[in-house]
Amino acid sequence: MVVVYALLAVAAPVLAPHSPVDQFLEQRLERPSRTFLLGLDQLGRDILSRILYGARLSLVIGLVVVALGGVVGTAVGVTAGFVGGRLDNALMRVTDIFFAFPSLILAMAIAAALGPSLTHAMVAIAAVTWPVYARLSRAQALVLRRQEFTEAARALGVSETRIILRHIMPNALSPIIVQASFNMGEAILIAAGLSFIGFGAQPPTPEWGVMVSEGRDYITTQWWVPTFPALAILAAVTGFNLLGDGLRDLLDPRLRRR
Amino acid sequence: MSRYILGRIASTGLVLLGVSVLTFFIAHVVPADPVLVALGEHAREDQIAAYRKAYGLDRPVPEQFIVYLGRVVRGDLGTSIRTRRPVGEDLREFMPATIELGGAAWLVALLLGIPAGILSAVYKDRIFDHLSRLGALIGASLPVFWLGLVLLGLFYYRLGWFPGPGRLDVALSPPPLRTGLLLFDAALARDGAVLRNALGHLVLPALTLGLFSTAVIARMTRSAMLEVLYQDYIRTARAKGLQERRVIVLHALKNAMIPTLTIVGISFGSLLSGAVLTETVFAWPGLGRYATASAISLDFPAVMGVTLVVALLYTLVNLGVDLVYARLDPRVRYE
Repeated sequence: MVVVYALLAVAAPVLAPHSPVDQFLEQRLERPSRTFLLGLDQLGRDILSRILYGARLSLVIGLVVVALGGVVGTAVGVTAGFVGGRLDNALMRVTDIFFAFPSLILAMAIAAALGPSLTHAMVAIAAVTWPVYARLSRAQALVLRRQEFTEAARALGVSETRIILRHIMPNALSPIIVQASFNMGEAILIAAGLSFIGFGAQPPTPEWGVMVSEGRDYITTQWWVPTFPALAILAAVTGFNLLGDGLRDLLDPRLRRR
Repeated sequence: MSRYILGRIASTGLVLLGVSVLTFFIAHVVPADPVLVALGEHAREDQIAAYRKAYGLDRPVPEQFIVYLGRVVRGDLGTSIRTRRPVGEDLREFMPATIELGGAAWLVALLLGIPAGILSAVYKDRIFDHLSRLGALIGASLPVFWLGLVLLGLFYYRLGWFPGPGRLDVALSPPPLRTGLLLFDAALARDGAVLRNALGHLVLPALTLGLFSTAVIARMTRSAMLEVLYQDYIRTARAKGLQERRVIVLHALKNAMIPTLTIVGISFGSLLSGAVLTETVFAWPGLGRYATASAISLDFPAVMGVTLVVALLYTLVNLGVDLVYARLDPRVRYE
């Protein structure tokens, strides 16, 4: 499902029958037909084309959030778990503080401080998701720092920084990869939510949340206008959640034994 | 036990201090010019100068934080640019609506999610389990704002089964204000018509808001029950000839509820987040809608006020969950 989504997103310029901003005003709000498979929106734009271009955008949003949040969170967590002591305490209290905020509320506050734009929304979402990576990677680092290969590296005189980068981090990746998959779906959902209320992508960007927001007045009449973008969100997020479930089952030794 | 409680309260206090630091950072350090963000782009020079002086924005940042903390402790969250009232007053007006909606959604999530999770575990790999897991997956992935639009369009507009947006029909007068919780106030005033109408208005938004938490709680309960059902003491209970119902309720469920309780606490956070979107769709006059309207108008004092208060509420709820957790699981108290 995720592979199909990624392929559709990458191939959008080739697959999309029209540009996402082309308007067919005489046929605005036309229902799904052979010419326009998912119909036209209130400004006469092809919904299928906008969904395909929106898939690219959502993929980028997910990847940026995961990269930003994942790198920062993993760096903080591995450092905290490996070094331990007061630094560990201090860093984990910082993650506690971020966990105290419901994610959309904090993302909205940061996005409001930075100004409404998609880039700022991505930074805001990464800021609320990095603590989970920090907790996961810290837990892994706490175990790995006592392993024999770590002690051997220390005995050989390898610097602590090199031990963290070359030995701890690569071995701590399994739960991070699982979390990254769930985080992709979460990022798409939060970004759509921010865009729905006006903080995130701005019209006429073909972002799925913006499309649902613009189409909300037509839910009872031209239902396809807000519904197909919402189903696209559902499909993408479900795909990443299933991928995360699958990866977790694959990588968790306790579940494999059953 | 008291040592554990004191420890949790102390660390909660530290987290609350940290929450103030983070909101201060977002409000004062993140924006290019916090004064323009607070007053709006069209503020006059004299207004800007007066604001800087009043809020100590010409002083060093650490000193500004102390001033900010002092104001927060006194309940002064600034003045809303949009409503021109103290933010604290706005929050007191809008919070009961969110508490009512959030409470109803939480109830929906617990009443649907926990039984679904238990039955899913007990009937593992049967039809109910597959349907329940599919439902939970969809529930956790569905955009809540679209679901709200669909429920409103179908059950209010098309079928007329439920009343529309808002907390009460325009034709009805709200009961005398006691708590701000409409159901409670209507019951106290013995106003049956308002009570029934308010309940009707609450159903669709509560179902919308509760769906994500229902899915998460169902998944967690199923997972926790499956962990417990494979334990030796469960096998022993069955070998002793106990009825399956007693095995599940008396032995398995109590231990499965412990990790589920953590998720129930965390789900309160997703309810607060979801309230932003649900209240917007249903025109529910709560904190979420207030936050959205404020954010769109770049009413920064209001946005930061809501953020701070919501974080405080969430932290206190999680403290409550931790204390109940310690009551249920003696291992936690003696760690």
